[in-house]
Amino acid sequence: MMSANDTPGAAELLAALTGEAPAGDEETSRRLHARLVAAAAQAGILDVTYRTVETPVGPLLLAATAEGLVRVAYAVEDHDAVLGQLAARISPRVLADPARLETAARELDEYFTGRRTGFDLPLDLRLSTGFRRLVLAALPGIAYGSTASYAAMAAAAGSPRAVRAAGTACATNPLPVVLPCHRVIKSDGTLGRYAGGEAAKQALLTLEGAA
Amino acid sequence: MRHEPFETIVARHGPTVLRVCRAVVGPAAAEDAWSETFLAALRAYPGLPPGSNVEAWLVTIAHRKAIDQARAAARRAVPAGDLPDRPARDGLPGAGDAASDLRAALAKLPLKQRESVAYHYLADLPYAEVAAILGGTPEAARRAAADGIAALRRSYLHHDEEGKAS
Repeated sequence: MMSANDTPGAAELLAALTGEAPAGDEETSRRLHARLVAAAAQAGILDVTYRTVETPVGPLLLAATAEGLVRVAYAVEDHDAVLGQLAARISPRVLADPARLETAARELDEYFTGRRTGFDLPLDLRLSTGFRRLVLAALPGIAYGSTASYAAMAAAAGSPRAVRAAGTACATNPLPVVLPCHRVIKSDGTLGRYAGGEAAKQALLTLEGAA
Repeated sequence: MRHEPFETIVARHGPTVLRVCRAVVGPAAAEDAWSETFLAALRAYPGLPPGSNVEAWLVTIAHRKAIDQARAAARRAVPAGDLPDRPARDGLPGAGDAASDLRAALAKLPLKQRESVAYHYLADLPYAEVAAILGGTPEAARRAAADGIAALRRSYLHHDEEGKAS
């Protein structure tokens, strides 16, 4: 960092100038970060907040806008890459803020411990458009513990012949787990594609007692 | 070219900007200066041209915020005639450990020297960038930083040897 050491004696001075206790600085960083988040929220310029939660299917990234939960991402999707996509597609004003996503984290915890069968969260579906969005909107209609076929989802979204497109809509669901695309399986009984991988899909269906 | 999440900017540059704020406005006002700087930066961030030097941009904002703070403090202050450039005493423990002695020595520097030292040596900006922030030429910024370091060396390193600052 200190390339500009062109004055004799500067190095010692700078070591003293920059030498802060790391522990104290970490606490300071947390305090300043919390203050920034609060001020940004008050100023109405906190566009995307996020946190991660630990679950039986690995750490999940949760991201929200002022409207609601906008993204749930599995670790295999690469959380840093997902945050980069959110910055590009929604706004680069992205800050970590566990407090703002407390309700979503609690409901997910209840779901994964078998105490919750549906989510009661404001959702922001802006990452999905057109037919895909219609498919997503139909997902909560599949009851906890049951499954539906891709063909049934295409029909539910109003285009019975668009089975392949319904599959794509499920595979690109920006809100997996919360919008239960894991309950959509192939007509032959095999699981089909899932953003979190086949093992995660199976784990969710097993948790729900569906398979 | 797209923007990184602002969280990445805070994590990467936050500590450096805090050190710069501590050096320029003193430890007591530093957290206010840092907070105002990053809030203003967050507001302007979507419009930052791609490929910008983010650290120079943040230091420029911090510089303006420090000027605003100083003006606000001057407006609040009761006029008291011509005061000499007095060291800021806030946040300084009475008995000198090395770091607080250095902060005291830094606070005694004329503002331009303090800014030049902080922006060049703490934020690692080249003199051309320092000059763009402060106004004036890169050579003047270099001279101010060199004078500042020389003064710090006198009062701080001298103290180290003698055990008592002059």
